[in-house]
Amino acid sequence: MPRQTFKVNGKRVEVDVPDDVRLLWVLRDLLGLTGPKYGCGLDVCKACTSHINGKAFNPCCVPVGEIGPNDEVTTIEGLPATVGKDLHPMQEAWLDMDVPQCGYCQPGQIMAAVALVKEVRRTGRAITDEDLDGIRNICRCGTYHRIRGAIHAGAAKMSDSA
Amino acid sequence: MTTRFEETTSAEAGARNALTHPSRRRFLTYLIAAPTVVGAARWADASTGGVDPQPIPSGPTAPDTYDLNDLLTDSAKPTASMITITMNKDGSASFALPRVESGQGITTSTAMIIAEELDLPIDKVHVTLADARPELMMNQFTAGSNTTISTYEPIRSAAAAAKGQMLAAAADELGIPVGQLSTRDGIVRAPDGRTMTYAELAEKGAVATTRPVEVSLKPAAEFRVVGRPQGRVDALEAVTGRKKYTLDHDVPNALPTMICRPPTIQGTPKQVHNLAAVKKMPGITDVAMISNGVAVRGHTFGQCIDAVRALKVTWNPGTVDNESDKTFLAELKANELPMAPAVPGAQVVDESFTFYWKSNSALEPQTAIADVRKDGVEIWSSLQAPIFTQKQVADLLGFSTDQVKVHVTLAGGAFGRRMFSDVVLEACEASKKFGKPVKLMWHRTDEFRAGRMHPMCVAHVRASYSGGSVLNFEQRHTSVATDWSMGFGEPITAMGASGPPGPSPVHGDYNYSQTVWNLTVNVPYNFGEVDTAIQEIRDYSVMKSGSVRNLYNADAAVARELVVDKLAKAMKIDPYAFRDAFLKDDQSRAVLKAAAKAAKWGRSMPAGTAQGIAFHKEYHGVVACVAEIDTRPKTVNRKKRQAVTGPRVTRVVIAVDVGLPINPRGIEAQMMGGAMDAIGQILTESLHLHDGYFLEGSWDDYYYTRQWNTPFDVKVIVMPATSTSPGGVGEFPIAVTKSAVACALARATAKTPAYFPVNHFDPLPFTPFPTEPSIPQSPRDGLHEKGE
Repeated sequence: MPRQTFKVNGKRVEVDVPDDVRLLWVLRDLLGLTGPKYGCGLDVCKACTSHINGKAFNPCCVPVGEIGPNDEVTTIEGLPATVGKDLHPMQEAWLDMDVPQCGYCQPGQIMAAVALVKEVRRTGRAITDEDLDGIRNICRCGTYHRIRGAIHAGAAKMSDSA
Repeated sequence: MTTRFEETTSAEAGARNALTHPSRRRFLTYLIAAPTVVGAARWADASTGGVDPQPIPSGPTAPDTYDLNDLLTDSAKPTASMITITMNKDGSASFALPRVESGQGITTSTAMIIAEELDLPIDKVHVTLADARPELMMNQFTAGSNTTISTYEPIRSAAAAAKGQMLAAAADELGIPVGQLSTRDGIVRAPDGRTMTYAELAEKGAVATTRPVEVSLKPAAEFRVVGRPQGRVDALEAVTGRKKYTLDHDVPNALPTMICRPPTIQGTPKQVHNLAAVKKMPGITDVAMISNGVAVRGHTFGQCIDAVRALKVTWNPGTVDNESDKTFLAELKANELPMAPAVPGAQVVDESFTFYWKSNSALEPQTAIADVRKDGVEIWSSLQAPIFTQKQVADLLGFSTDQVKVHVTLAGGAFGRRMFSDVVLEACEASKKFGKPVKLMWHRTDEFRAGRMHPMCVAHVRASYSGGSVLNFEQRHTSVATDWSMGFGEPITAMGASGPPGPSPVHGDYNYSQTVWNLTVNVPYNFGEVDTAIQEIRDYSVMKSGSVRNLYNADAAVARELVVDKLAKAMKIDPYAFRDAFLKDDQSRAVLKAAAKAAKWGRSMPAGTAQGIAFHKEYHGVVACVAEIDTRPKTVNRKKRQAVTGPRVTRVVIAVDVGLPINPRGIEAQMMGGAMDAIGQILTESLHLHDGYFLEGSWDDYYYTRQWNTPFDVKVIVMPATSTSPGGVGEFPIAVTKSAVACALARATAKTPAYFPVNHFDPLPFTPFPTEPSIPQSPRDGLHEKGE
């Protein structure tokens, strides 16, 4: 069985699993990282949103064999460490606005939000309603409105490097 | 120290509570005994040039005197006091709540109630979910927004008993009478300045034998926690990914398990042709046929997906093969109960609305861990009716209930779906066949195609009016039968609220349904003679039916409010002014006014946009909503990949009176979230039944509200306390927001929709997944850009 090696949350991991198994299951079922959630396995609900090399992606639809040895995967568990704190500014904004209800989609929402803010910043502009309308992550509890507010607040608190 | 509040007799306790805390129901009864006389002068300011409203008082409808919450609360009452609050040696308090937290915020509100009564900081109150406790009978059922209504006083009483016991211990230690001691922040203080902490007293106050105690509860005037906005107690866990849902529990050797399902609703497996070959697939450990399909167990869910897709199975037919929306619609229309003859000489508003199938699936799919052994079974799952599940599992496996250990886990949403035990029964069956523990997960496509659906129904309303009076208001609701047998069935039967047993020819489980209808559906206006009735078709077991949040009122109230707008229009009265005139009481008018004022009701808006207003009364409270909608082409024609854009609700204002608000911040969250359900159900989300199966298979087919459908502005006004008892919250925003959105849409387009969601007959914006294999493969292109 192929040995997969890549970096997760700053640590190198090695795991024996066929190339074709989607990364989400490697993270959850084999590495015990349960922050990224399953909601569809179809790249639709975005509950598993994590980062690869700083960009948002959905591990439910990436075969683990496509992850290279130097690729850096960051899940919600590793997000605070990217800013060297206990909580990322986006998580703090989330808490300030008491965004979560059941909480199931929230790790994915926060990871999507952080990536969105970075992406928008790269193009040198501020977050717009249209940017927020472009977020595909499902929240079945309907926390959408507070998510919009928290992204603005979190963006304001994020330094350029966060 | 563990204290427990035991009531001496429930009658005594009831009398005591009634004296110090007049119940909401009594209050309502009083109101009904002395109905408000409505004067026409009040409505003279209706500036639209219509008639003067002259409401004809209506008698109370059933829910005014006794509603579903009274039934649930009464059924829980015999065991309501069998709850325990434990004081820990570190001065904190622990409580295992016999309900399921699914995002509605009851662990937070319960912690607040305990913190309040104990005089303890909220972070020193630990609320967990109780395992199934069969001795609680009907007091471990989470539904109908009943949790706080039924547990408020029992939990306060238990907390008061604990505090009283610590005061007694402190009095002993300090040599000062209890009456001279005070408590705050987990510390007992004596007049001379000496203090003792709850940590010091927890053991000293312990009692050797259980005994009844009289407690008095803290007066509302002294509340420091209840009624103040409080963030969720589990928010930090949620935002860090540490919050554990069923699948996140690490149970040794409970390996991922999934099920290959039939191509049509409730089909069953006949024969598996390649079981041995599939068992040899990478990572797969076990394959076996179970009642509902073929279970596979493996090292990762990804490998289970591969195995499910590889299975070659012959299936027996399901219960609705070859049936579609059309066949059900025809049957619904043919089975409508007749209305009384129209009032001679009166004018009539007569409207009929069809509501298509809705999924009550949460984002966390159906999940259960089961470990079946020879001498018993241990289960982890988030369950709204865990005692019922425990009994079903015992029956299935031939165990006694004490051999069935059920741990209730935190839910990633419930919405009525987790009232049913099917996922647990499947997990038990698979675990038994494999002889190993399983961690069973439904695929998203299973959720839509094999899950529970809120039944399709037709809501017919006819009202006669003359001059400024509505003379009568009749509502006939014809629905595919709803399965109330799980969870609701027991309380209904136990409380004797149902009629004589035995189904009539076409009614399915008529008695439960009739009861739920009668105890929830109401007409809160002075509309003369009011009559509502439900008729069902099929047995509830034909479709895998269940209910969405807000039960019948999710549809019935929408039909009512749309007709209210029609009546207002016919009388040329503004929709707000009309409701203000015809509502039965000032408490109702107050929320209507609050919502209208905050939304600037009647403000000038561009063509193609409009406001809608609606009112609803349920859950021992009242709620009003103003919604604004934009139906202009540039909004409707927005392009999004794999999405329905369409009309956009741009603003929602909700004013809600829940009697005694426990956590205004939590109430706001529930109202906002419910508004998103409401928007989707009116504009975009439904299931399409086609040849025995639902076409939908993912969230990109089933158009629940997404960010691009979300209002830019959502405002919630939580009215100050109007009662000493809390009402229900979780389901409350649905009916009113759906109604306001529907009314806004009708006003913006000058056309009242005949069916919901309004896009149901639009060309399908997606290609349905095949039905065999029953689940689609995960894409492989997750590292490639997809654009908007």
